[in-house]
Amino acid sequence: MEALLASAVGVLTAAGIFLILRRRTFPVILGLSLLTYAVNAFLFATGRLALNAPPVLNKYEEVAYTDPLPQALVLTAIVISFGMTAVIVMIALGAYLSSKDDRIDMKAHDSVDAAPGEDA
Amino acid sequence: MSLFLIAALPFLGAIFPALLIRAGRNASASAAGLTSFLAFTGLMIHAPTILSGGVVTARFDWLPGLGLNANFMLDGLGFLFATLILGIGMLIILYARFYLSRHDPMGQFYTYLLLFQGAMVGVVLSDNILLLLVFWELTSLSSFLLIGYWKHLPAGRQGARMALAVTGSGGLAMIAGMLILGHIVGSYDLSVILQNKEAIQASPWYLPALLLILLGCFTKSAQFPFHFWLPHAMAAPTPVSAYLHSATMVKAGLFLMARMWPVLAGTPEWFYIVATTGLVTMVVGAVIALFKDDLKALLAFSTVSQLGLITMLLGFGTKIAAVAAVFHIVNHATFKAALFMSAGIVDHETGTRDIKLLGGLRRMMPITFGIALIAGLSMAGIPPLNGFISKEMMLEETIHTVWLDSQLVVPALAIIGALFSAAYSFRYIAHTFLGPERESYPHAPHDPGPGLWLSPAILVFLVVIIGLNSATVAGPIVKAAAGAVVGGELPEFKLKLWHGFTPALYMSIVAVLGGLLLLALHGHLERVWNNLPRPEAKAIFDAVIEALTRLSRTITDGLHNGVISRYAAIMVAFTVGIGYYAYATGTTGLPTRVPLEAPIIPIIGWICLVVATLAIMWFHRNRLLSLVLIGVVGLIVSMAFNYLSAPDLALTQISVEVVTMILLLLSLNFMPTETPVDSTKARKLRDAAISIVAGLGAGGLIYALMLRDFAFPTISGYHLANSYKGGGGTNVVNVILVDFRGFDTFGEIIVLGIAALVIFALAESVLSSNVRAYLLNRKPHWPQSGDAHPLMMVVVTRVMMPIALMVGAYIFFRGHNQPGGGFIAGLVVAIAFLMQYMASGYTWTIERQRFYYHATIGWGVLIAAATGLGAWFNDMPFLTSDFGYLHWPPLEEFEWATAMLFDTGVFLAVLGAVLLALDSLSRFAWQPGIQQEYPMDINPQRDAPPVPGPGPDTVIPVGKET
Repeated sequence: MEALLASAVGVLTAAGIFLILRRRTFPVILGLSLLTYAVNAFLFATGRLALNAPPVLNKYEEVAYTDPLPQALVLTAIVISFGMTAVIVMIALGAYLSSKDDRIDMKAHDSVDAAPGEDA
Repeated sequence: MSLFLIAALPFLGAIFPALLIRAGRNASASAAGLTSFLAFTGLMIHAPTILSGGVVTARFDWLPGLGLNANFMLDGLGFLFATLILGIGMLIILYARFYLSRHDPMGQFYTYLLLFQGAMVGVVLSDNILLLLVFWELTSLSSFLLIGYWKHLPAGRQGARMALAVTGSGGLAMIAGMLILGHIVGSYDLSVILQNKEAIQASPWYLPALLLILLGCFTKSAQFPFHFWLPHAMAAPTPVSAYLHSATMVKAGLFLMARMWPVLAGTPEWFYIVATTGLVTMVVGAVIALFKDDLKALLAFSTVSQLGLITMLLGFGTKIAAVAAVFHIVNHATFKAALFMSAGIVDHETGTRDIKLLGGLRRMMPITFGIALIAGLSMAGIPPLNGFISKEMMLEETIHTVWLDSQLVVPALAIIGALFSAAYSFRYIAHTFLGPERESYPHAPHDPGPGLWLSPAILVFLVVIIGLNSATVAGPIVKAAAGAVVGGELPEFKLKLWHGFTPALYMSIVAVLGGLLLLALHGHLERVWNNLPRPEAKAIFDAVIEALTRLSRTITDGLHNGVISRYAAIMVAFTVGIGYYAYATGTTGLPTRVPLEAPIIPIIGWICLVVATLAIMWFHRNRLLSLVLIGVVGLIVSMAFNYLSAPDLALTQISVEVVTMILLLLSLNFMPTETPVDSTKARKLRDAAISIVAGLGAGGLIYALMLRDFAFPTISGYHLANSYKGGGGTNVVNVILVDFRGFDTFGEIIVLGIAALVIFALAESVLSSNVRAYLLNRKPHWPQSGDAHPLMMVVVTRVMMPIALMVGAYIFFRGHNQPGGGFIAGLVVAIAFLMQYMASGYTWTIERQRFYYHATIGWGVLIAAATGLGAWFNDMPFLTSDFGYLHWPPLEEFEWATAMLFDTGVFLAVLGAVLLALDSLSRFAWQPGIQQEYPMDINPQRDAPPVPGPGPDTVIPVGKET
């Protein structure tokens, strides 16, 4: 089971990073989503894996519980990553609609600030 | 008055002039003056203690871990400087009130001035070198504001920048020097450092520390070769020049050298660096000053020269030289501030300060003439004025100084310096006030009102009084200050005019006679001077700055060339690199855990996930297909969470999945559906290599981690044990979110709310640009559905709405004890609303909407905050939760926790944020006329064309359901 999860994290990370390195906004957003899965699964797995041991207390008998802390962290991480994705989508969309271009790299002349005026 | 208050008063008072300027310039100036006066009074209360040799301290541990304590100490030296800063400050405030014109923003001026004053007082009262550095930098910043006060003058802006660049970079060097010093001693407290002379001077770090600290002092006090910024700073209004560049800021470097004198002075390094720099500065400054035509430039270079003189005295390293230095600091502050103010008056009343256009003003401006005459003669070293006494003490000291086995070098150069300084002082008086009256001046000259001449008059009064009565007037304070400088017993000294026929007296006579001679020959000398090739400091400075700018631009553009994918590649490669480094250099234990069995179902899930992920990479150019595949991945991740004992995560993931998909689909509606090929084969290979290595790293790391036990005991046991007892809930994940780590969650909902507002703002700005026209006329690039609102979907979603809301409520209420909670409930309810958007359309839904998303977010955060604050009323820390059990007769006993209220806040914030994000995106799709027909609403127009003319039957029932 550990090998399955670890390899899945590896595959998701690799695919996510590959897509992040593309030059258009949409693949980058997809890549970020994949990377989000990978990171969340990674964080979750730091609590080690357990089957049938949800961290919901049982009042009637002594049972094993898995580590609740990474779960709490990942839960908020999932929600926050939605917010992040939404912001990036909006930026990408705004940029595309304003310039009719969805490349993420700046054009060569954009990267250099305008030459400073003489003591402007 | 507490030293804290004395140091804080100018900062506190700095608000008032800016505010009171609306009540008039007098109110503004009075507020500034009153602030200085209060601080001055507070200082004077300590005078008896200080003058009898005592020290006042005030201590407060600010950041003890860093050794940064807000410790203040008032000893003789600090007292002398604070008196100068606050005393002359009051005179400057009076002078500036009448100097600045009606068009100058006076409130700003006084605010800057008080900020500067506070910073200076802080420097001289600090007993902690880190605190001193903070104030030191503040003086650089506030003086930048003051020098550049006349923003409309290019010279002012350039001068301010140059001053900031020079003094600021010196300050940076000094930070390093001070840190080394603190490191040697093991404490950053000045009073401790001053006790450790042997340790510091024996340390191998002594020389670097000394050089760095002196760099800070020399730049601040305009010592050669850093003197060039001071004349350019003269573009400031004259009150600023009089205050900063004669009495206070340029003396900060001297102050620090004096402060550090007990531990740094006395070595050959100190002597040769400090005394030589001072000597060179004194001579160079004096020579240049003689040939300056601008009154203020003349005074600026004379200041450079006089500061050099004091530096040289401190550099001699003898106790009696330190006494002379302290005494000359007092004298220079009095006569130079008065001279600057007199130059300001001449400028103000005649309209020029070019000495070539002036002359013969003595009859038209008698009061100003009197002030300038006395102050100028004091600067020239004429008895019985105070400048004479300290200058003679200086000359006396030079005679006893041996420089590289030569007894002659120092006295000879000192005479030259004194001679030129007598010459420029005489020139200042003679060429401005004496000589024939001119036919015309830019303005008709006359004496100003008392507002302008009172301040310099008080100063020249001091010049005379100190000169005639030095032992009684200045003796005690000089003694106290010099005692603090040398940090021990002072030798016997007498401040008096007549010491008998000493070599120093002959040197003085030579200097004065030589000065008169130089003045007489000035015309000839000037022609020679003008034909000499001279380096122009500003040109060199500008060239250096330009070269540095070009260098930094080259580096920045090289690294930061706008190719964002390259940054990402570098970042990933670097992260992998340091990960590998950590792995290669660290030690790894053996696996201690037995891996879990993998049954067939998870293996199938794994295969689906891997295949879907690889397919995304393969087909990512087909954007719609890759979205579908992402959905597959998300579903399997949710199932994996569920399988691996994380039901809360599974619920959250699957709801977020739905919302994210809708968001991405909506955005894809406006974007190209295909990704074109941009990358070359080689680049793809490179990217693939980077990502495979990163994937291997991440997978390998988590694999290794999962097979090993925790290196340290985790805190999870505490959470499990206390979840029910302390938090009143059995769902530990939810209790952690709303109780144990409630503060994190509070921050997170705020972040989420901010993200939603950012999205809204972005949508607003895009929609208010010319994009709107494009969107309104846009033709969708794929075939549209024949039926925008399929009947089945509309019916189902409307029936499902109440059910979905109930599911949300159910998930919310059970959350404390069973999987669920505010986050998930918020997402579920948001999805319930989104269903209506999808099925019935944006306009239809919005018209029935009874709440605003912004307000929902706001209420959520406020409720969460109010719950947290509620704990204060029970004397508990923020966000402490409480719970109890309620029993309403027909129902079972149930539990009620304040955490539930907090969770309500979370619920509302999540709901509002999700809906606001999607709503903002939906507004891009809105087009007029798209909503002629409401889903499932009967439109009477559908069959018959409208009857012309108004009538009750023809009114279109907008938004009305049947």
